[in-house]
Amino acid sequence: MAKIIVITSGKGGVGKTTSSASISTGLALKGNKTVVIDFDVGLRNLDLIMNCERRVVYDFVNVINGEATLNQALIKDKQTDNLFILPASQTRDKEALSKEGVEQVLNELAETFDYIICDSPAGIEHGAQMALYFADEAIIVTNPEVSSVRDSDRILGILQSKSRRAELALDPVKEHLLLTRYSPERVENGEMLAVEDVKEILAIKLLGVIPESKAVLTSSNSGVPVIHDQQTDAGKAYDDAVERLMGRERPHRFLTAQKKGFFKRMFKGSATA
Amino acid sequence: MSFLDYFKSSKKNTASIARERLQIIVAHERGQREQPDYMPQLQQEILDVIRRYVAVDQDQVQVQLDKNDDCSVLELNVTLPE
Ligand SMILES: Nc1ncnc2c1ncn2[C@@H]1O[C@H](COP(=O)(O)OP(=O)(O)OP(=O)(O)O)[C@@H](O)[C@H]1O
Ligand SMILES: [Mg+2]
Repeated sequence: MAKIIVITSGKGGVGKTTSSASISTGLALKGNKTVVIDFDVGLRNLDLIMNCERRVVYDFVNVINGEATLNQALIKDKQTDNLFILPASQTRDKEALSKEGVEQVLNELAETFDYIICDSPAGIEHGAQMALYFADEAIIVTNPEVSSVRDSDRILGILQSKSRRAELALDPVKEHLLLTRYSPERVENGEMLAVEDVKEILAIKLLGVIPESKAVLTSSNSGVPVIHDQQTDAGKAYDDAVERLMGRERPHRFLTAQKKGFFKRMFKGSATA
Repeated sequence: MSFLDYFKSSKKNTASIARERLQIIVAHERGQREQPDYMPQLQQEILDVIRRYVAVDQDQVQVQLDKNDDCSVLELNVTLPE
């Protein structure tokens, strides 16, 4: 049985595409046949993050409209076995994704894949609703910041009322919190919401905490999802999150600030006091 | 309190302000979500009726529907001016 997982947030720019790339790569690296779908119709960014932008011929909307077969549109990832990408269309028609069309494509994918990862666009409108409608599980990407947390709660409301599982009164969509761009130093200084705060406010299970990391930018520069670099904290944190998604226990790491030298802290303290 | 804690606490802890604001707004918005679609209009009409008798502000009338297992309670809270 294929599992459909949406990566969503409400708020834009919090790390959905970054997370979609690393999580789908991680699932594939661990032997799961995985496809990642870019639902961000009009923009299309996942192909760049996954370094396949020059191999896009057909896209999601072409498949829905019958202009291409799924096999023609799917791009096989060159870096990772078991991984395929279905790119977004750059059409300006935001309504191009119909519920029936999306369902048909997902059903066809479900015949061959173990995991179907849906990279949602920002917002709570049509595109975001299409990305989450058929989901079995949802990863709510949240930054430790007021507007992101509030928007995450709104997306949770939509999952609980407007998803297929909600409408058909099936088991609810399984919700996971992925807190990204986390700075333990700033949390310890009282400048940033702590992971416990966000967990308590949203009241959902914590899948992982991805630290704010320079490696995320360098990895997107070169189109290599950060999970490939297991030397980096972000890469390791995504790997832990994927393990948990597959049902394994992993302790949470990178939640506390690295100890700075006494003089550095003194200097910082007196400069800002 | 150690010397270093002194520097930390002299800065305002904005994270705890954020947490409190979020707790309030999220609880409020969840309450709204669970309300039937007619609630905003019901609230407006109740407000209009009250205003025929006393001058009250929009935010001085709170209407809320609480669902229990076997019944729902419509709670009306009006703060009258002194
Ligand atoms: N852990 C992190 N550390 C540092 N930068 C990050 C981290 N995660 C994401 N970013 C950066 O944040 C920006 C937005 O990331 P991304 O494109 O993944 O967000 P998004 O939620 O998909 O955005 P959109 O809503 O536009 O689709 C990018 O520049 C990315 O490099
Ligand atoms: Mg994106």
